[in-house]
Amino acid sequence: MFRNQYDTDVTTWSPAGRLFQVEYAMEAVKQGSAAIGLRSKTHAVLACVNKANSELSSHQRKIFKVDDHIGVAIAGLTADGRVLSRYMRSECINYGYTYESPLPIGRLVVQLADKAQVCTQRSWKRPYGVGLLVAGLDESGAHLYYNCPSGNYFEYQAFAIGSRSQAAKTYLERKFENFPDSSRDDLIKDALFAIRETLQGEKLTSSVCTVSVVGVGEAFNILGQKTVQALINEFEISGEEAPATVSAAEEAAGGDAAAADQGGAAAEEEAAPMDI
Amino acid sequence: MYTLLGEELNLQITSHFHSSQQKLRSTIVITSRGCRSSKPSSPIFRVDCESVFDLLKLSTVDYQSLGISYHAMSCHVIMKKFLSRKQSEENGVFADMVSSQNESSLLSSEGDSQRTQYPYVTGTSVIGIKYKDGILMAADMGGSYGSTIRYKSVERLKQVGKHSLIGASGEISDFQEILRYLDELILHDNMWDDGNSLGPKEVHNYLTRVMYNRRNKFDPLWNSLVLGGVKNGQKYLGSVSMIGVHFEDDHVATGFGNHLARPILREEWREDLTFEEGVKLLEKCMRNLLYRDRSAVNKLQIAKITEEGLTISEPYSLKTYWNFAAFKNPTVGAEGSW
Repeated sequence: MFRNQYDTDVTTWSPAGRLFQVEYAMEAVKQGSAAIGLRSKTHAVLACVNKANSELSSHQRKIFKVDDHIGVAIAGLTADGRVLSRYMRSECINYGYTYESPLPIGRLVVQLADKAQVCTQRSWKRPYGVGLLVAGLDESGAHLYYNCPSGNYFEYQAFAIGSRSQAAKTYLERKFENFPDSSRDDLIKDALFAIRETLQGEKLTSSVCTVSVVGVGEAFNILGQKTVQALINEFEISGEEAPATVSAAEEAAGGDAAAADQGGAAAEEEAAPMDI
Repeated sequence: MYTLLGEELNLQITSHFHSSQQKLRSTIVITSRGCRSSKPSSPIFRVDCESVFDLLKLSTVDYQSLGISYHAMSCHVIMKKFLSRKQSEENGVFADMVSSQNESSLLSSEGDSQRTQYPYVTGTSVIGIKYKDGILMAADMGGSYGSTIRYKSVERLKQVGKHSLIGASGEISDFQEILRYLDELILHDNMWDDGNSLGPKEVHNYLTRVMYNRRNKFDPLWNSLVLGGVKNGQKYLGSVSMIGVHFEDDHVATGFGNHLARPILREEWREDLTFEEGVKLLEKCMRNLLYRDRSAVNKLQIAKITEEGLTISEPYSLKTYWNFAAFKNPTVGAEGSW
């Protein structure tokens, strides 16, 4: 994507029928650190890479509890993410107050998407620069949705967003068919593996990632550091190194290849939102 | 601190004096005591007003008159009225208020949402019970206009969405309004077109919020509602009154039903009633109401809601027995012309 004369305003169409500002907003999502989500029929797991800017500072919070039955992981402009989380919490609470019942996640993501769409059609606003992975429960079980700055939302079995998320997506694509019937712990394990993919050789410890779970009978909660470290040790010891070595080779194969991959995937992602 | 008590435990005017430089400022905190309890409630009106301070110099007799028979609502009105006539003669103001004992003119002259209402066409009791497969509800079809039984085909049991049934007693026009609210609610719920739907619990809570909010605006919907339904195998039966009192139980009733039907239900209700047993039990309660409630009519409907769906019966009548010895020749022992 290059600068052109149609990208100054969100309310300006390009001759090809694209809204460049919205696409640029989606680029912002790719700049954020990775967040992944996956779900089974009864549980949904959100995990993200949490790197602090320096040793002196604390980690940026990327996973928010929205209600007992809904949580969200963000990638991109975290300030926008925080504001949207507050909106989601507010909607859930208001619904709960009027109906004494949890807001179905399907309805929350639609409201969120409508809110994002507004920003793509006002000249005095800009699109939210954050992608949200919303995991939660419904009458029909656990769900995972991805909300785009464009105002689109999709339901996923598993997904990854943010920088180097392609590696995680590749891993998830291999494994996703097992997810619907996975147990809660297997789901968490897969999430940690996927996170490791995005780290590209760096050591996975509980200080660089955050994991959260929500499920039928389990309120949304963020797992403690110690719990996560214990889980990491557990599967690293059991020696499932194969996925790591394969992806390490892939990564080593070429920064260009990866970049092209990203670029290709990016182009694909650009087209997709505009399709609908 | 000055404390003056209204004579009929209605008004407690507390005033604080602050002196700053030469001006004396006063704060009047008006709290009200509910008629039933003697605990002072939180302040409902705080006024910082110089001329009100002047008012405080008046004799205690005036305050006591102020206190008499004005409850919380009108005290708010009094203060508003007072503030709008701040500079007028204090005595004159009070004399006005005291002399206009007519509450409704004080209230209605404000022109905001303080309004008392009177029900015009009313329905009498509704009874609801849980039974083995779901909920059973019974209500007669009378609409009384005061003591006249004016309408005899009023349907007081209605379906709400896929999973719920509502029965109402009280003002029929307010019930129709509630049905319009519910219609819109269910419409929007269906418009989502996802796998989710509002169940009886959600509808009950929605109605509670509506009734309570209206009550807070002194503009109640003059109804007592019974809300029942089944969703995902869970039976739900609840009740909401016109002031927003709500609860859930295995059997509920409104109005006279509370006094005449519920004692029967307390004795004879069981968790595993079959449909026939449930209907018989309801009929027993309705017959009792028919004998003893003057606004009951002998034309009733019974509604059943289960996981499968809802049915409201055709109207029918109960058999009654009047062949008691005391009814034959009732005046035989009476004195005089009565």
